[in-house]
Amino acid sequence: MTTTATRPGVGPSGPQRSRAAITAKTLRTDRWWLAPLITFIGLGAWVTYATVRVFMHKWYFVEEFHYLTPFYSPCLTDRCVEGSSLFGTPLPSFWLIPEASFTLPFLLLFRLTCYYYRKAYYRAFWLSPPACAVPDGHEKYSGETRFPLIFQNAHRYAFYAAMIISLINTWDAIIAFRSGDGGFGFGLGNVILVGNVVMLWAYTLSCHSCRHITGGRLKHFSKHPVRYRVWTFVSKLNVRHMQLAWITLGTLALTDFYVMALSAGWFSDLRFIG
Amino acid sequence: MGTKRHFRVWRGDESGGDIQDYDVEVNEGEVVLDIIHRLQATQTPDLACRWNCKAGKCGSCSVEINGKPRLGCMTRMSTFEEDETVTITPLRTFPVIRDLVTDVSFNYEKARETPAFAPPAGVAPGQYRMQQIDVERSQEFRKCIECFLCQNTCHVVRDHEENKEAFSGPRYFIRAAELDMHPLDARDDRKQYAQASQGLGYCNITKCCTEVCPEHIKITDNAIIPMKERVVDRRYDPLVWLGRKIFRRDELESESMAPSVSTGVTGAGDATPFSSARLAEPPPVRDDGKMDVTEVTLPVQGGPSPFGDQEFPLPLDQISYHKPESRD
Amino acid sequence: MTSEQRNTARVERHLYDVVVIGAGGAGLRAAIEARLAGKRTAIISKSLFGKAHTVMAEGGAAAAMGNVNSRDNWMVHFRDTMRGGKFLNNFRMAELHAKEAPERIWELETYGALFDRTKDGKISQRNFGGHEYPRLAHVGDRTGLELIRTLQQKIVSLQQEDFAETGNYDSRIRVFSETTITELLLDGDRVAGAFGYYRESGEFLLLEAPAVILATGGVGRSYKVTSNSWEYTGDGHALALRAGATLINMEFLQFHPTGMVWPPSVKGILVTESVRGDGGVLRNSEGKRFMFDYVPDVFRKQYADTEEEADRWYNDPDNNRRPPELLPRDEVARAINSEVKAGRGTKAGGVLLDVSTRMPAEQITKRLPSMYHQFKELADVDITKEAMEVGPTCHYVMGGVEVEPDSAAAMGTVLGLFAAGEVSGGMHGSNRLGGNSLSDLLVFGKRAGEHAAAYTETLDKKPKVSTKDVEAAVTTALAPLQRQSGENPYGLQQDLQAVMGDLVGIIRREGELADALKRLQELKLRVANVGATGGRRYNPGWHLALDLRNMLIVSECTAKAALEREESRGGHTREDFPQMNPQWRLVNLVCSLGEDGDVHLERKPLPRMRDELIRLFDRTELSKYLTEDEMGQFDQAEGVHIPGARTDAQSKTEAK
Repeated sequence: MTTTATRPGVGPSGPQRSRAAITAKTLRTDRWWLAPLITFIGLGAWVTYATVRVFMHKWYFVEEFHYLTPFYSPCLTDRCVEGSSLFGTPLPSFWLIPEASFTLPFLLLFRLTCYYYRKAYYRAFWLSPPACAVPDGHEKYSGETRFPLIFQNAHRYAFYAAMIISLINTWDAIIAFRSGDGGFGFGLGNVILVGNVVMLWAYTLSCHSCRHITGGRLKHFSKHPVRYRVWTFVSKLNVRHMQLAWITLGTLALTDFYVMALSAGWFSDLRFIG
Repeated sequence: MGTKRHFRVWRGDESGGDIQDYDVEVNEGEVVLDIIHRLQATQTPDLACRWNCKAGKCGSCSVEINGKPRLGCMTRMSTFEEDETVTITPLRTFPVIRDLVTDVSFNYEKARETPAFAPPAGVAPGQYRMQQIDVERSQEFRKCIECFLCQNTCHVVRDHEENKEAFSGPRYFIRAAELDMHPLDARDDRKQYAQASQGLGYCNITKCCTEVCPEHIKITDNAIIPMKERVVDRRYDPLVWLGRKIFRRDELESESMAPSVSTGVTGAGDATPFSSARLAEPPPVRDDGKMDVTEVTLPVQGGPSPFGDQEFPLPLDQISYHKPESRD
Repeated sequence: MTSEQRNTARVERHLYDVVVIGAGGAGLRAAIEARLAGKRTAIISKSLFGKAHTVMAEGGAAAAMGNVNSRDNWMVHFRDTMRGGKFLNNFRMAELHAKEAPERIWELETYGALFDRTKDGKISQRNFGGHEYPRLAHVGDRTGLELIRTLQQKIVSLQQEDFAETGNYDSRIRVFSETTITELLLDGDRVAGAFGYYRESGEFLLLEAPAVILATGGVGRSYKVTSNSWEYTGDGHALALRAGATLINMEFLQFHPTGMVWPPSVKGILVTESVRGDGGVLRNSEGKRFMFDYVPDVFRKQYADTEEEADRWYNDPDNNRRPPELLPRDEVARAINSEVKAGRGTKAGGVLLDVSTRMPAEQITKRLPSMYHQFKELADVDITKEAMEVGPTCHYVMGGVEVEPDSAAAMGTVLGLFAAGEVSGGMHGSNRLGGNSLSDLLVFGKRAGEHAAAYTETLDKKPKVSTKDVEAAVTTALAPLQRQSGENPYGLQQDLQAVMGDLVGIIRREGELADALKRLQELKLRVANVGATGGRRYNPGWHLALDLRNMLIVSECTAKAALEREESRGGHTREDFPQMNPQWRLVNLVCSLGEDGDVHLERKPLPRMRDELIRLFDRTELSKYLTEDEMGQFDQAEGVHIPGARTDAQSKTEAK
């Protein structure tokens, strides 16, 4: 009888042991590709629409009722239509410069670094992985550990910026309650603008960073009853973060399209008052 | 009363193997593990498979069924079509030992590296005081049955063997989060540890761990993202930094040593000793009895557990446990 | 060179101070203690680390901490335990258990356990059948999981300490996962080591150690309907017997009153008693709430006579008596069995347990989340809409290795063998109270670890393993593989389960038991010829073939003891002797193994309870259990007989 000190063939799961030889890349039999496909088409279409609209430089303002599309708020270039700019026009009119140059980058950053969108585009665009238990589309993977993806951690800043932008959008929606003669007015456009703003707030507040800041970072909820309450509220919203992300894409596009249509005169606003 | 159904099972070991075909009798109300047992008893006595409790509580029978990481004992045969072939394969991420049994020692090694609970100094056993609302977040993670399905499905190691050294996986992120949120844990470096040693940064929150968790722990939303945020807190956030300067305190550090005592105003924690007030959410099964595959069609993308769709404060009559009031 | 010799050459050797067989609650707690005492400790786990059957315990861990009701204390707990065990318990074990349980629970918090809390931040405690006050520390309905995870993580933390010191995690405590011990090796009458195999590779290993702690759990796998996992094949019981230790109380098996009997995929899965605690009621196929007919006289005082009073108890427990659904589990099991035998059961042989008509669906899912979840996922049964079909399920064995109460050392001829948890006997008497098993394994796990460590220090020289014994163990282990055409182990297991389930089940008769013994003898011959196809690497057929030997020997003990004990008590019900007999209370039935490999049965007197403990009970209660002689002694000890002794004794204890 001999004595062996170590267990033959069994050690730390080192390279001496191999995985099961299964030839199929994935054995999933369901339509796992459907979700990433829908995401791909949905996001792709929206980005295309938004890009086109941002560089159109027209049909963004309905002066009569003070409807301003969120894609152009706040309007900051020399080109801005009379009455549409609330914060002056410090920027020159160059076609590459969007009217809302100070806000769009932050909005873009907010959505790009959003924990939901990250999941969506990592899966649908980067295929890393396209679906669970389906192989990654890439040979190498380092996740968000290094440049540039380590900047995903900047979501917090983007959230603060998005809060400010939501305030501006709220103001836009409030001052749009006017009739052609400057008095109080109320039309379908207001419903759309307000609906959009409400959804934007819901999306912004349901953000994971917000959930963390309001209460998630606490160790003892029992010592901070108010923040605990806020946290439970945000947590409830947070569950719907994905839905809100898609809904706000919809409401943004709808608002923009409605304003564009009114501005271009394709149809006129349905007025309830004034 | 049973019908013969077609099964494909991977047989082999590290030197190779392939998927073999079997026809097995299936009875009403059975699960995949029942079928494996019937196979063992009737056709292949040496078919290797792990199992223990057969009730979804021990997490031993993790396999991949039709390509999806599942517990054999929790996968009902009725979720498949009558004529559907069911393919059962071992977990892909770990080295195979034989047939459906894999070497999961990767997980135990990572467990060993994760720093254990650090008891608070100067608090004697029996003197621990914690409020229910403070322990609930950690309790969610302690539901983990260590089936390692999350570890298996995570593409960081599933598709990139070379990351195994640097990446601990979702199971140990929830462990780190559990301890970081533990009201009495005396260490405050859990976040740094998660970032620097567990490879938190590798996670790109594609949420497959949450999708496959048989205990429906919201791994991504409640553990990984909060841990990422806690890392951001300490390293990058300007307002937090400013707040610390102005108020001269850091909540996260200063509080970690002291036991919590106050009860809170919501009253939510007052009468919830029975933490199963959390609803267990079974994976949604459609009206036709099949599982959905796309998360787009799911009603919610993640639960704000530990509270489910709970309203706060909890209505008193719905709290499950009332302590009997003593008359004296 | 023969194949056997080749295999012998591959026995891996390890040296330890203490070897713990079993990685459930008791085993891990023992290992922690042995390691804290500075001993090199090995933990043998039959499955993966942390998967032990302890995870199945749902209710909680009973400990008289008095967090919810301050009137609770160890004496009340002791009383409940003795009452539940029908006074057959080893009083010393019950006493130690009641006294030490709170400390053991509090200790878990320092390991990181997170129990549910009371309003003032203490550990919350819940009601449970047989316990006078809310006493079970719990975490929702997954207390067992919390316990095993906590102990597992404590082991890891000790390994981390060792790593910091020595650079090796395994230097002082090592877990051998998926490893089965088939033989204990002796040097004279001292334990010298343990021999077994890695399930994964089929390679053999030999652990040389002067002290071995058995913590292998129970024997339920010998039964047709059981909640136990495949691991519960009575390995520890059989190892102890073969090493010269004795088993006691093997006739007492707990059948959980409410295991699922239908549909087949959940057969044997337990419906936790909190379903009844939370308002679930039992009905027969005629729709009658039959438990009111089965309240034994001993319990009349505490249990309601009418449905109205019973229903009031849920909201006002202090002014009403409990519903009879909360009787100790053996009473409930027996009641269900009687109903089924009387033809008032369901087709599958159970009765209906109904919560769906007792409270709204949301409340059920909230109170019993994992029950709901389990049945919905496992069998598509919606407990909020339909009643469950339940019946008695083999759940726990009260009997086990006879141990010295204080040190958990096995009695019999062997030295250096310890036992804790389900594998040990005596603590629970003839019936275990719910929640007492989790605290039992903590209390006696710790004691076993402590005393095993101390024992190793008393030895002048290490016992030596003889090569001959190892070779014999190798031969025995390889035998089934050498009979590739031998009988199928799965078929044999089914036959054994049928014999035990049908003939040595919850209700027993002399004729059936005698028949069972005859059939077990036949099975013995067949098991000697069992074969396993395939090789040594992770071969469940081979593993089962080896386990059958243990199952058989333990089944024989149970059947023999059941035939011998001519009374009904706790987990042992004889149809031909339906009454409890005080004379039998004085007797423990002790099994040992003869040279011929047959089980021998002996009667042994039960230790007499100390006077100060017996005075905790009131005279009328004792008179139901004790013989005339004993009552005489009791009156003597009490000095003078006072009719209102109970109230006195109670106020004495409760004042503390």
